[in-house]
Amino acid sequence: MTTVLDRDVTTPADPAPPRSTAWLWVLPPLALVLLVVLYPLLRVFWESSTGNSWGDVLGSQVFRDALWRTVAIAATSTAGCLVLGTFLAIVLAFVPFPGSALVGRLIDTVLALPSFLITLAFTFLYGSAGAVNAAISAITGSSSPLLDFLYTPAGVITAEITFFTPFVVRPLLAVFALIPRAQLDVAASLGASPLTVLRSVIMPEAWPALAAGGSLVLLLTLNEFGIVLFTGAKGVITLPVLIYTRGIVTFDLPGAAVIATVQVVLSLLLYGLYRVIFARLTAR
Amino acid sequence: MADTRVSQAGLRQRSAPAEPGSPAILFDRVGVSYGRGRKQTHALIDFNLRVAAGETVALLGPSGSGKSTALNALAGFVRPTSGRVRLAGHDVTDLPPARRGIGVVLQSYALFPHMTVADNVAFGLRAQRTPRHEIAPRVAEVLDMVGMSGYMKRLPRELSGGQQQRVAIARALAIRPAVLLLDEPLAALDAALRQSMLAELQLLKEALPDTAMLYVTHDQAEALALADRIVVMNDARLMDVDTAENLWKRPPTSFTAAFLGGANLLPCTVGRVIGSSALVTVGPRTVNAEAPAPALGHDDWGPGSAALLCVRPHALQIVSAREKDAFSATVNAAVWRGAVTRLVLSVQSLPDVLVDVDVPGHTPFEVGSVVGLRLPEPAGVLVSTGSTP
Repeated sequence: MTTVLDRDVTTPADPAPPRSTAWLWVLPPLALVLLVVLYPLLRVFWESSTGNSWGDVLGSQVFRDALWRTVAIAATSTAGCLVLGTFLAIVLAFVPFPGSALVGRLIDTVLALPSFLITLAFTFLYGSAGAVNAAISAITGSSSPLLDFLYTPAGVITAEITFFTPFVVRPLLAVFALIPRAQLDVAASLGASPLTVLRSVIMPEAWPALAAGGSLVLLLTLNEFGIVLFTGAKGVITLPVLIYTRGIVTFDLPGAAVIATVQVVLSLLLYGLYRVIFARLTAR
Repeated sequence: MADTRVSQAGLRQRSAPAEPGSPAILFDRVGVSYGRGRKQTHALIDFNLRVAAGETVALLGPSGSGKSTALNALAGFVRPTSGRVRLAGHDVTDLPPARRGIGVVLQSYALFPHMTVADNVAFGLRAQRTPRHEIAPRVAEVLDMVGMSGYMKRLPRELSGGQQQRVAIARALAIRPAVLLLDEPLAALDAALRQSMLAELQLLKEALPDTAMLYVTHDQAEALALADRIVVMNDARLMDVDTAENLWKRPPTSFTAAFLGGANLLPCTVGRVIGSSALVTVGPRTVNAEAPAPALGHDDWGPGSAALLCVRPHALQIVSAREKDAFSATVNAAVWRGAVTRLVLSVQSLPDVLVDVDVPGHTPFEVGSVVGLRLPEPAGVLVSTGSTP
């Protein structure tokens, strides 16, 4: 034993492994991110701090109206997406009907389209000279369009619900697909009505997906510009539209930078919330 | 009193009480098909079965034999395309699962992952609007019955497979079902746990003397251990139904003989038949065999008719190849299985048959060696020729 110990003591220590320089590879992408993403944000923040821009902008009625309208439209659209998306996902997942797979694929297709296309389609459908108003006029003989909501906040909300609902449907369908059929069968055999099964078995599993989808939609609707711009609604001024107006139309760059900073902070907060919920969902 | 209440909860839309003398479960020519036209698949064909209250019947068969489909039709998870399903004399064919009052335990446990053990067990009671003050005592009672009293606050993911299955059983029992369906409840457990749970299910069966149980399994050991009667199924049809002992000792068909216990089926020719005994010729030898009443649809044992001699592997004897009354056989394989060594033999005088023999203990046999194979006295049981698995 002593011999063995002695031999161990005299054995030279292993040479330290060479220091890795692999970490240097992180520098080029880091520099790129700093240049492309962080610099413009810092530049916007820097621009916003010139003069008394913050006080002027935050104290203005236009900004407060735009902030309120942005949040109101985003929240209403998100609520609409959650309700419609949940309903569609439940029908697609648990009420099998011929063509349900096709409907699922169509929903996927909407995700690939630009948002303004929905507004354009809405114009053809519900605009003053759109197909629906033409049909109503043909039936009622009325010369003025009966359906006149497209250029109001309701029009923007309808378009946003139509475009963003798939962002709720898709994660819900993914979660529903993971719920074993056996759980639903057993719940039913224990005397639970379909509504009880939905409330007590299905939805508790779906809350994280619903929250993640809702957070994402809230984030996207908060920043939505294309739909509002294409609607051309004069009274619907949201933060992105206000940034565009101040920055591009009136060349008030410091004012636009202040609003943009507020928008960025709002977005980052929501994105943080989305990541927390998404992490919780994927960790299950 | 409580049982009556639950029966009413289960079939609460029924206006008439249970018909006296009617079986707890009745399948009346039940068929289940999927698809249409040429794509139609028959999952269950013309299935008839009566299960009395307090009786345990095992549905035994290979995968795809229709046993789970029969269970699903009874639970209301699939709708029969023909026939009727009755519970305690009442036609439940058109009732949804929620109104049948059946307890169901599945292989996958199907516990609700976001609910604690107590909430899982209370689920059925709450769904059936049981008064709140009755729920907690009932939950405690059934959890105690399955030995899970100390786990009420746990979530399913914090339990082992065996514990989850116990909770699933407690959940099914909480609603005091008159009928309990168990679909391969032990299939997901390891061998040791399966044996332990099998013993617990035997105790549970004794504790529920009025509950009719339908137990789906592909494991003959589970069926033999638990069932009062065994239904052997194959190709979506009921092949045989009888007590476990009868099916084991006198299998009516070659399928049942082979599936239940893996019997050897040696081709033979029936000679003289006296009562329930027959002289049969197996290869070059004439031996005594038991000749039970032939299975339904098969001819009686006529002299000169072809039949199969059912001999269990443990009943055969390995002797010296020089013994005069033994068949000469060659060892094709020898596999030690713990308590026995399973030999696979090819018998010279029976060229188309491989014979399985169980020799007690760990006995080394050289592959290719020649041994003598002796039939017992009587040699076995006659079985009608027919399909084998």
